[in-house]
Amino acid sequence: MELLLVIIIGLLYAAGIYMMLRRSLVKLIIGLILLGNGANLLIFLLGKIVKGEPPIIGPNEKMLGEIYADPVPQALILTAIVISFGLQAFAIILIKRAYKVVKTDDLDEMYATDEDL
Amino acid sequence: MLTAVISGFIFALLIPIILGRLKSISTLWVALLPLTLFIYFLSKIPEILAGNPIKTSYQWVPSLGINLDFYLDGLSLLFVLLISGVGTLVFVYTSAYLKGHHYLDRFYAYLSLFMASMLGLVLSDNIYTLFLFWELTSISSFFLIGFNNDKEDSRKSALTALAITGFGGLFLLAAMVGLGQITDAYQISAMAPMADAIKDHSLYGWVLFFLFIAAFTKSAQFPFHFWLPGAMKAPTPVSTYLHSATMVKAGVYLLARFTPVLGNHEWWNGTLIIVGALTMVYAAIHALFRIDLKGILAYSTISALGILVFLIGLGSPDALLAASIFILVHALYKATLFLVTGIIDHETGTRDVTQLGGLNKVMLPVGIAAMLAAISNAGIPPSFGFVGKDLIYEATLGMGDLAWLLTCLAILTNVALLVAGFVAGIKPFLGKLPEKFKNVHLPAPSMYVPPLILAGLGILFGLFPGVLEGGLIKPAVSSLTGARPDFHLQLWHGFNLIFLLSLITIGSGTILYFLLKPSESLLKKVTAFDRFSPQSLIMGISRGFALAGKGWTGFFQNGYLRYYLITILGFLSLLLAYRLFIGVDLLINTDVMTEVTFYEAVVLLVMAVAILFTVFSKSRLAAVASLGVVGYSFCLIFLFYSAPDLAMTQFSIDTLTVILFVLVLYNLPKYLKLSDTRVRIRDGLLSLIFGALISILALEVMSESLSKETTEYYAENAYLLGKGKNVVNVILVDFRGFDTMVEITVLAIAAIGVFGLLKLHLRSTEKE
Repeated sequence: MELLLVIIIGLLYAAGIYMMLRRSLVKLIIGLILLGNGANLLIFLLGKIVKGEPPIIGPNEKMLGEIYADPVPQALILTAIVISFGLQAFAIILIKRAYKVVKTDDLDEMYATDEDL
Repeated sequence: MLTAVISGFIFALLIPIILGRLKSISTLWVALLPLTLFIYFLSKIPEILAGNPIKTSYQWVPSLGINLDFYLDGLSLLFVLLISGVGTLVFVYTSAYLKGHHYLDRFYAYLSLFMASMLGLVLSDNIYTLFLFWELTSISSFFLIGFNNDKEDSRKSALTALAITGFGGLFLLAAMVGLGQITDAYQISAMAPMADAIKDHSLYGWVLFFLFIAAFTKSAQFPFHFWLPGAMKAPTPVSTYLHSATMVKAGVYLLARFTPVLGNHEWWNGTLIIVGALTMVYAAIHALFRIDLKGILAYSTISALGILVFLIGLGSPDALLAASIFILVHALYKATLFLVTGIIDHETGTRDVTQLGGLNKVMLPVGIAAMLAAISNAGIPPSFGFVGKDLIYEATLGMGDLAWLLTCLAILTNVALLVAGFVAGIKPFLGKLPEKFKNVHLPAPSMYVPPLILAGLGILFGLFPGVLEGGLIKPAVSSLTGARPDFHLQLWHGFNLIFLLSLITIGSGTILYFLLKPSESLLKKVTAFDRFSPQSLIMGISRGFALAGKGWTGFFQNGYLRYYLITILGFLSLLLAYRLFIGVDLLINTDVMTEVTFYEAVVLLVMAVAILFTVFSKSRLAAVASLGVVGYSFCLIFLFYSAPDLAMTQFSIDTLTVILFVLVLYNLPKYLKLSDTRVRIRDGLLSLIFGALISILALEVMSESLSKETTEYYAENAYLLGKGKNVVNVILVDFRGFDTMVEITVLAIAAIGVFGLLKLHLRSTEKE
């Protein structure tokens, strides 16, 4: 399974970068999202994946048992997901706004500050 | 002594404020500062004469050896008196020359900044403060040359001067660091006893090289001389003060100061003699063909500096004596000629010698000053210049095998300098007064008295050289040679070889003066050779640098996001590939890995297809939808592998993102395919390579053993300390609670931004 996940991570990175290299703003954001997902998965994988043992302490116990999924990468990823949502939401609205003003989503046409328009 | 140096800096700060308040009053009083300093240093003569150099030290950065050590010996005394004395006269002169100028306050501020730096430079005993003051003189010179900052020429010349002298300054620092390394001392006065050890050290050659570059750039020696004629764009008081009497002599001072430490070595003598001789002949000949008064004076100044370097290079006691005298001789007559040129320029509006003549009829006192200076420059008895010239010939004649060659070079230079001096000092005043200058009148006394004083001193010292000998020259020479000097200055030596040489110089110079008529056509012929001059060479190099810099910046900072990304990722890929290539053997141990179940494989397959579809889809809606599929597949993976919180978060966030996208989508333009196939293949290759490298890296990291300390801490304490059973939640809201709070703040800011962007109405200008 790890091997397959590693391949998926590589695929996510490649797809994300490819999309970021495109001229369209929308593709840039999509690329960013894919890249972020790839990074999340990478962190998740490197914390050692464990099946069916969520880091939740049982009803009659005071600490986690012998085998459990690592809670630290999970906490990190959770934070990352939420923050990247903030970024994405802002970026998406910004694209909309920029398009309203300059009528393009081609990065190459957005070369000047608004004073020169 | 610290007060003496610092006062100029404080004065420079205060003067714009004071002069701003006192607009209407004459600024003559400003000259009180240099005058006070002059008198203060004069009062130190008896102490120096008694053979007790004055030393003071103030701690500044003792741990780095940087202290304000000041050291006043004969050599410094000669310079500080020159600086403060000429300074006084220049300050007086300026009060009339720039009377009512809008930025007079600024000018005085720069001028006193310069004076203080120059005093600091010649008084410094510490090698680092020496460097500091050296740089300060370059900087104040930059401001003064560029004083007329509304003229492009001035700005350009100022930059050239700063570039050349600043470049030299760096070399000075290198030389000082080298010296510090060799001697482990920071005081120049402490280095002289170690002279022999220094010369045997392997760094000696480097120190010499660095020191020479510094001195040659500052003192305008070939091939760095060209900034000085450009610096003549400065107002005349500046040319007088900085670019003839004091600052350009800083390089000479540096060489003189280090003569006891580094001198008397074949490299030292050989280099200085060659460079000095080359400069003095080259510049003297150049001076003959100029028609701008300041141009003539600039080149003759370069030539005079060449003579000084040459004399220091000769290194014999005679030569060092000649150098000390010539520093003073030159300052007196050259400052006079500059001040006179300023007056001519001020009153007639031109500096072209071909147009000037007969000014004696309208400004006799100025003419007298100029002619006295020209006489001293020519070395005609009974001027001080005659004494100086005699000593130069005496020094060259005493050089053994090379005596005749060196003497001939000196005569050649002196003949050319004599002609230049006559052209600048005598020609404008004799002959017929052109019609257009009939109404020219004598300027204010504060303008013509300073040159008269300087020129008068030039004759007075010639008549009575004993006045200077004991008080000034002997201590200066003794600090150069380290021995008690044994000489007696006099005007008249009797009829001997040296007198004959002087006569030859004066005679042939006078004949040449009458034969050579500087004119514009002649100047053109000479400037045709400028293409081969060091100036155009060095300027070419600097242009090349600028172009290369521009090209480099344009290539990397091109403003296209994707090229930045390509550069960064390409470089990172190369680095990673190299690292993985040399030192990694991949161990893929399938035993420790978890089994792949059927439904997991299906999810991963769906995900892979969705990723590819997102990338290659032609419709934006489809791309966003498949992005959603990728996100939901993520949820499932998180769910399979014991991360229910992540699955929930990913689910809600992904849903929101897709909804947001779709909401915005409908008013975006068509999903255009903007790049051609070649570009896409290039990008695809780079992405695949990078993706592959990340995969390999992940595999590599997985085979390393993991430290679980943090995890175990949370696993044990989540309930005991945090009173929560979901460890991930406890980490987020309890252990790392502050982080989460900040995260919420970030989200809130993003929300405000989104709200603002949505609600803000477009201004009419933005709508088009």
